[in-house]
Amino acid sequence: MTTIINVPHSLEDKSFEQVLDQVAPLPLDEKIIVDTRHARWASPYGLTALLALAQSRAERPVLYVPEAENVSHYWSRMDFFKHAAELYEIQGRVKSTKAAETSVLLEVTSISKSDDVHDVVDKIQQRAQDALVKNLNLDAKITMRFTMALSEVCQNIVEHAGRGGWVAVQTYTWRVRLGGRKVVVIAVCDPGIGFRQSLESAPGFQKRERWDDGQALEETVMRGASRFRDPGRGQGLAGVRKFVGTWDGKLSIRSGTARIAVLPKGDWDEDEPLLEDLSYFPGAQVQITIPERVA
Amino acid sequence: MINHIDVSSMLRKSVCELYSNLVTRPTGAAVRCEIEQELDRIGDRALTVIDFSHVGLLDFSCADEIVAKLLLQYVSLDAPRREVYFLFRGISESHMDAIEAVLERHKLALVTQHADGGSRLVGIVDVDERSAWEIISHLGAGVSADVIEVADATGLSLERAERMLDTLWRRRLVIRHDNGYVAVGSATAPVEPMRLDA
Repeated sequence: MTTIINVPHSLEDKSFEQVLDQVAPLPLDEKIIVDTRHARWASPYGLTALLALAQSRAERPVLYVPEAENVSHYWSRMDFFKHAAELYEIQGRVKSTKAAETSVLLEVTSISKSDDVHDVVDKIQQRAQDALVKNLNLDAKITMRFTMALSEVCQNIVEHAGRGGWVAVQTYTWRVRLGGRKVVVIAVCDPGIGFRQSLESAPGFQKRERWDDGQALEETVMRGASRFRDPGRGQGLAGVRKFVGTWDGKLSIRSGTARIAVLPKGDWDEDEPLLEDLSYFPGAQVQITIPERVA
Repeated sequence: MINHIDVSSMLRKSVCELYSNLVTRPTGAAVRCEIEQELDRIGDRALTVIDFSHVGLLDFSCADEIVAKLLLQYVSLDAPRREVYFLFRGISESHMDAIEAVLERHKLALVTQHADGGSRLVGIVDVDERSAWEIISHLGAGVSADVIEVADATGLSLERAERMLDTLWRRRLVIRHDNGYVAVGSATAPVEPMRLDA
């Protein structure tokens, strides 16, 4: 049996839940067709999550590519199809393009080892200064901190996921909530073991009375827990939390059936701090959003 | 003797010729091992400048591996590995974010030196320790303070001042020299280079 998964017109972290609601009930070895023909837009989260989705399936899925040429072009420029071709049976016409996309700070990039993190950091440093300082009016101090945060969330894949994942970084105008304010978004998605299983692998781990994905996210993100006994572990996400707090940004992490969000002080986002009982998706999906500074 | 270790060179030597950023835990561990090998070559009593001037980015994982784990080996209240003192140079504001976080996590402290030669104690130290360190530091290059001077200046009893100076020495924030104490940082000022192995 083959099931068609309809991808919403606008594919970002929230709307990707619609995709997961369709996929989660299906057996892993059931063939799926991911239908993006009607997609009009995808955030870095949407693109990296689509790749993680394909990795999570036992049977190689089919991908119907977007019909709109500008969308297909854009996904090409983000290097999405380059990676998707290894994970999906692609159906539809994909035009390759060499044109640079100025809003893209980092194309969809594979992360599976420490060297990949070095490459990402080297690459983004060259582009981040202009994008963050000139386009988003942020203080020059942000560039290094932004790269540090990116490095830490990428390392989570290498250290904890148990398999490779994806990162992408882009600036765009967030029309829905910010009335046209620009944002820079980092998305890091993997289909690995996720936060709960990672903590459960800690030596001497004992399950509490209530123990689920939401608890695991709270322990890790809010209290710095780690599967390692080394007290120096767990600082990376604490540093990322501090970084988003300093720049009025937002950090959200989804793992398993829960999603935790560190919300901005400002009123530009109305998300819930913790969402539970979501459709299951393996691994961890991280999004960091930093808004443009306005006078 | 004062030694100089360029962290960027250690990175290129131990990990990759092309890298200038200290990111990821394996990178940090490799760089720390390289630094430790250097320290093994320089004897049991030394003041070592750890220079970050040519390092681009330092992330939290690398700061933990390089700075915290290095200090944990050489700076201990119980039995420090050897009498090695560290002075950190070339620390940028973004480096400091990562370094302060790991010092706090492990309750450590270190001395940084700025381009103008001024030194600063960063990390976890109590008020009396900081005050004593600053008093000794302000005495100037290579000038040592004895327990009585520190007790007078801080208003502490002799016994307490002695205990506190011993703690600062064990944490390798001051150097025992000429029956007194010299602040790490002031010992490297260009006025009068100090030889620890003399």
